[in-house]
Amino acid sequence: MPDNVLSFPMSGLSNTSVSISITEGYLRYFNSQMPTLMDLNVFIPAGKWTCILGRSGCGKTSLLRYLAGLLDQRVNWSGKLRIDPAQAELKDQVAYMAQQDLLMPWLSVLDNVLLSTRFGESAKTGFSVKNTHKARDQKEQALTLLEKVGLADNAHQLPQQLSGGMRQRVALARTLMQNKPVVLMDEPFSALDAVTRYRLQDLACTLLKDKTVVLITHDPQEAFRLAHQIYLLRGSPSTAELLTTLLSSTPRVFDATGAQLQQRIMERLEYDDDE
Amino acid sequence: MMNKVRLKSVFKVAVTLCVLLGLWQVVVMIFAMPSFILPAPLEVFEKLIQRRDVLLKHTFVTATEIVFGLLLGLFMGFFFALQMLLFKPIKRWLLPILIASQAIPVFAIAPLLMIWLGYGIASKIVMAAIIIFFPVTTCCYDGLRNTPSCYLDLVKTMGASKWQRLRHIQFPASLPTLASGIRVAVVIAPIGAVAGEWVGSSEGLGYLMLQANARMMIDEMFAALLILSVLSVALYFVTDRLLKKYIPWGVS
Repeated sequence: MPDNVLSFPMSGLSNTSVSISITEGYLRYFNSQMPTLMDLNVFIPAGKWTCILGRSGCGKTSLLRYLAGLLDQRVNWSGKLRIDPAQAELKDQVAYMAQQDLLMPWLSVLDNVLLSTRFGESAKTGFSVKNTHKARDQKEQALTLLEKVGLADNAHQLPQQLSGGMRQRVALARTLMQNKPVVLMDEPFSALDAVTRYRLQDLACTLLKDKTVVLITHDPQEAFRLAHQIYLLRGSPSTAELLTTLLSSTPRVFDATGAQLQQRIMERLEYDDDE
Repeated sequence: MMNKVRLKSVFKVAVTLCVLLGLWQVVVMIFAMPSFILPAPLEVFEKLIQRRDVLLKHTFVTATEIVFGLLLGLFMGFFFALQMLLFKPIKRWLLPILIASQAIPVFAIAPLLMIWLGYGIASKIVMAAIIIFFPVTTCCYDGLRNTPSCYLDLVKTMGASKWQRLRHIQFPASLPTLASGIRVAVVIAPIGAVAGEWVGSSEGLGYLMLQANARMMIDEMFAALLILSVLSVALYFVTDRLLKKYIPWGVS
């Protein structure tokens, strides 16, 4: 049973879902006079997909980088961050997927999926019976995940031999391998062609069902297909506005409701930079 | 298909060689060159076979110098690049020395090296190492420094420590850049070794050429020259093939 393989015995975090709330978020780059984000209040519910939409430069990527613990020395951030359950730091509970697949070109597909096992807690070095067992289990797990994203036959190829869509599927498997309760996605499908993007949205939706997902996108259709709730980041400095909460099950088929929602989003964002 | 491509390139090289040799022969015949100025290709080949023992012995010496010089230079380059990456102050102190080591022509310090390290093979190894040290260090340093920041971000979210990032990401990511440094090094290392032999030695192809030149044995000199170029070219192609095989993802 593949599902047995995927229930991770060593990590207590995996099965609990985590919700995140940010209140009064404020972010300013040191080289700019104006703050990028101000009065930011966002609640990200556990086990649901939250889409954050906004135009380029509205600070949505900065927000995601903050959640991933990747803000560097060049920014000033203040604000309250609460996670529930408060069992560990947020940055230890997130997996990150970027617009580029970020597959290491020197590692095989399988080793790319296994990348996270080299670092952090799970990377206990040294040879012991326990470690060899663990390594074998992890490898099996990775192969199962590759099967789930339909790339079992490509496990030993190098990333450069794969197409863009396949590479992003490997990245998805790598994210799943990390088995973190929160998945942060920064426009992960935007570089793909329409059909591949559509398929990957479905796949991600199925495989990340129980996770708390934050998806940054500038594509209203994508938000409609996947989101349980949609935030708009707009204004200057940007604030977050909860546009809508969608209750139906995902992935949705784009229909009249979707078209209306897309129109609403467009109207809201259209004059954003003229303010 | 691969074999066909390879056969084609071998064929091309062979044609080029034949044309060059033909031209050489024609020049010798038309201008009636005396053999102590420009020997005909056939004379050179004759010499090559006739003196093969001597030539082989000196070739071995020079090859050893080149290989060890390469190893030493690569090791030093890699070591210093790593130091500069890890300790910022070292970079400030080391960089002027590095640049100075390039500003001073190797020929100028060669006699010093002879005095310090003797007329044997050690001084030539050091010469070859010094001459390749700079390109290797800069390539290696650039490679280590210019790891795509998105790779590093990704593994930071996976909880990678500084050392883990260096070992698992920065080091392998630098390999293609390092490989181009190695390619350059392989081409210029023989220059260092032969220059060292010219300045002072008792064996090696450079020594042999100098001796032959002094005795107007230009055909022998050409034979040594031929061996030297074949050696360098072979070294380059072997290195290139190995690098392509083990670092197949390339820079592009």
